[in-house]
Amino acid sequence: MTIMTETILQTPLSEAAVRGLNAGDGVRVCGRVYTGRDRLHKFLMEGGACPVSLRDGVLFHCGPVVVPENGGWRVVAAGPTTSIREEPYMATLIERFGVRAIIGKGGMGDKTREACVRFGCVYLQAVGGAATLLAQRVSRVDGVSFLEEFGATEAMWHFEVNGIETVVGMDARGRSLFDEVREASGGVLKKLLGM
Amino acid sequence: MDWTETLAELIRRTTSDLPRDVEAALRTAEAAEPAHSQAARLLRAIGENTRLARAQSTPLCQDTGTLTFFWRVPRESDTLALEEATREAVALATRNGWLRRNTIDTLTGSSVDENVAEDCPVCHIEQADTETTEVWLLQKGGGCENMSTQFSLPDEALGAGRDMEGVRRCLLQAVWQTQGFGCAPGILGVCVGGDRAEGYRVAKQQLLRPLDDEAGIPELAALERRVLTEANQLGIGPMGMGGRTTLLGVKITARTRLPASYFVTVAYLCWACRRRGIRCGRGGEREWLG
Repeated sequence: MTIMTETILQTPLSEAAVRGLNAGDGVRVCGRVYTGRDRLHKFLMEGGACPVSLRDGVLFHCGPVVVPENGGWRVVAAGPTTSIREEPYMATLIERFGVRAIIGKGGMGDKTREACVRFGCVYLQAVGGAATLLAQRVSRVDGVSFLEEFGATEAMWHFEVNGIETVVGMDARGRSLFDEVREASGGVLKKLLGM
Repeated sequence: MDWTETLAELIRRTTSDLPRDVEAALRTAEAAEPAHSQAARLLRAIGENTRLARAQSTPLCQDTGTLTFFWRVPRESDTLALEEATREAVALATRNGWLRRNTIDTLTGSSVDENVAEDCPVCHIEQADTETTEVWLLQKGGGCENMSTQFSLPDEALGAGRDMEGVRRCLLQAVWQTQGFGCAPGILGVCVGGDRAEGYRVAKQQLLRPLDDEAGIPELAALERRVLTEANQLGIGPMGMGGRTTLLGVKITARTRLPASYFVTVAYLCWACRRRGIRCGRGGEREWLG
């Protein structure tokens, strides 16, 4: 329950740093992160070419509010989206592209948890709904891919971030806080229902 | 009275300014957690986000949600004009960055310009013998909408019959199966009875009630209190990472039903409870609600 540490993770991430994290650790992510959600995951899964290298990189499950400004972009809101929708794709993308960390919300399933162990990846829970706060952590937009094809919400945005606050939800040792809470709360539910 | 401008301001407030009762409940939840716990850390960030969004007029959450307008208008109102003004206000709010480009053509997957289409935004208009025009806006995001659910009683697996105990079992099951996917701590809007379609509409409408509002029927008010207490014993906590506060409120109402049907419909709302209203008099005087 108690946060033992707060670690700063700077991209690109080393496998050793990622494998050293424990579920429940507080982590701030700095450096380059790429957003991606339903359209991108499906596209990459079906063999689409990734326009950037995700090796040792961070994929952020996020569809931001971005407005054009002075020939560039201003990020207005950028909280995490529900990650479980990407469960059919995530393990394959971790393996194929060498993703080291996923930022999202709500946690993911067994296939992703196993891929995290096997390939050295972690799932980081950001604060769902805290979109204005997280937009403040985006210091720069360095580019965008698939803007025409997928639209602004589903596009792959290239963000430079300075300390997105997260908690390790699933570590590379196979521990998932979400699974533990589900199991414990299931026990309480059974008691409340007298089952 | 310029309805487009008024409704755009309603959207700005709804999207960026968390109602004070919800903010206070989140503060209470934060104070109840050990200072260095994950739950306290998450709730602290939620509080910081709430203050920033309000100060900057930026969206609390990037998923600015399905926009549902609940109108109550005098019987002679030009409701078509109100719907037209609503569409213009949504387009304006989208251009201002208060709303994400958040509407997709279901078949082609392409983005719908400025969140305006024939069926979008949704307006429920009720005409009444009233002097004032009242409109409430609910912005409900997709993460929590995906967790809304409907039970048909009896439900053997849950041991739920057609009575208040059966409803209680459904509601606790709904909270448990949602875990953190709906951005807990959440709020339940519940309709007991009705048909399937009315059930969802009415359940959603319950989410407009302030947190301290109790159901008018004592039996339902008692159930609201009990489910709130019991759900908070589940330990699901903020974002499903464990903690003492899983729900901020439970709002239940009932509708008539067919003898053959007994639906329990649950609208799950995330902590980013975006609900605001405005009441306008015939002389153009305005009162903000919520």
